[in-house]
Amino acid sequence: MEQYYEIWSDQMVAGQELALWQEIYVKFYQAFIEKDRWQQYLKGVGTTLWVTAMALALGIALGMAVAIIRSAHDQQQPGRKHWLLRIANSICKVYVAVIRGTPMMLQLLIMGTVIFSSSRQFTLVGALTLGINSGAYVAEIIRGGLMALDAGQMEAGRSLGLSYGDTMRFIVVPQAFKSILPALGNEFIVLLKDTSLISVIGGKELLYAAQGIATRTYEQMFPLLGTAAIYLALVLIFTRILNILERRLHQGDRH
Amino acid sequence: MIDIKHLSKSFGKNQVLQDISTHIAPGEKVVIIGPSGSGKSTFLRCLNLMEQPSAGEIWFDGQQVNGEKTDINQIRQQLGMVFQHFNLFPNMTVRKNITLAPVRTGLMTQAQADETAARLLQRVGLLDKADAYPGQLSGGQKQRIAIVRAMAMNPKALLFDEPTSALDPEMVGEVLSVMKELASEGMTMVVVTHEIGFAKEVASRVMFMNEGQIVEQGTPAAIFGAPQHPRLQEFLSRVL
Repeated sequence: MEQYYEIWSDQMVAGQELALWQEIYVKFYQAFIEKDRWQQYLKGVGTTLWVTAMALALGIALGMAVAIIRSAHDQQQPGRKHWLLRIANSICKVYVAVIRGTPMMLQLLIMGTVIFSSSRQFTLVGALTLGINSGAYVAEIIRGGLMALDAGQMEAGRSLGLSYGDTMRFIVVPQAFKSILPALGNEFIVLLKDTSLISVIGGKELLYAAQGIATRTYEQMFPLLGTAAIYLALVLIFTRILNILERRLHQGDRH
Repeated sequence: MIDIKHLSKSFGKNQVLQDISTHIAPGEKVVIIGPSGSGKSTFLRCLNLMEQPSAGEIWFDGQQVNGEKTDINQIRQQLGMVFQHFNLFPNMTVRKNITLAPVRTGLMTQAQADETAARLLQRVGLLDKADAYPGQLSGGQKQRIAIVRAMAMNPKALLFDEPTSALDPEMVGEVLSVMKELASEGMTMVVVTHEIGFAKEVASRVMFMNEGQIVEQGTPAAIFGAPQHPRLQEFLSRVL
């Protein structure tokens, strides 16, 4: 294989006409095999998954906190609203509005080049930004799930003398989780693809690796198409896993 | 046992309860009847603070239910409620539905709660459903379980918010018979219902509400035999 590549690439450099399939072979070889470049894609995929996991964890933690503060505030009896909760609620509202109201690319540039301009941890800053961004969307997903649940469930729990926290923990959240799982899965997939944006601040994920290779080989098509194929494969795999998880959760439901 | 003093409740500009005062003694079975929109359910829901009263006071066993410093959870543990739509927890088994609150509130250990659940389920004839999920039960079964769930806290009084209104007609009987049994054992009960037959048979006092006020109250014999207020006469002529 290697010798064919060397023969044909030498001919190409010398300016000789090659058959189309020979040309494709050379370019493919350059993009993926020469100098073990496939390892760079693999490393990129690793970083992409790591960033996705970090951002998802942060996003869910933030989203849950915001959703619980927001719905706890809204569920209070009128005239009995606690001032601390009111301040927290306002902060949450501003957070969601600002994050959802500005482009993710801009948020990345601000975080990477203004707030953390002296940091060299580009990937980490990228993961942090994505997590903060995702939190706002997850918060709305969770809040929607909590609100969609029949108010009678909360009432029944409280009428038995259970605290707000216990009622949320044992009754409301487990049921809400089931209903928000599809939306949460969707957010996860969006997040996975959006990790490609952190390449603009130098995060070394999959697209960053592909672009580096494209620059070195003067060839865009194969690195980019290959990257697209990898993202597509990842998304299909995770969609499948989510479907299985969903089916598991709905086993035993007979309504 | 339950003292209601000048209770008013408004939703926005809509005044639902107007200056209601009454007293419910231990062992009483108060049945509240009235046209829809008369404030019956709102009144009942104010008693355990499912609704926050706009004005007035509610006292339960010497504690002000709507007091600033009151631990409402502790009061609700002694004042059970049964809902129109059962509100069983679909994500847990019947047994877990019943034992969750007694265990979490520290009233019983899991073993004690399981034993209580089994005993109460046996009484309503549903012991074989202990490991079923609510989704697998009929409406009548669900409501009997909901009553058991409230009973498992050993409450001093029980509130029923139209417990048979969401049931198929042939299932009303099984729920009412459980309620009658509770009544005969001396449980203090406040029941909002449209079941006039139940009111006649079980009530120690019938309360007729109209437009947010108690218009007339008395023994079933007095209310159904010799109604005084024209609004009550009109109401009874429609439902009897």
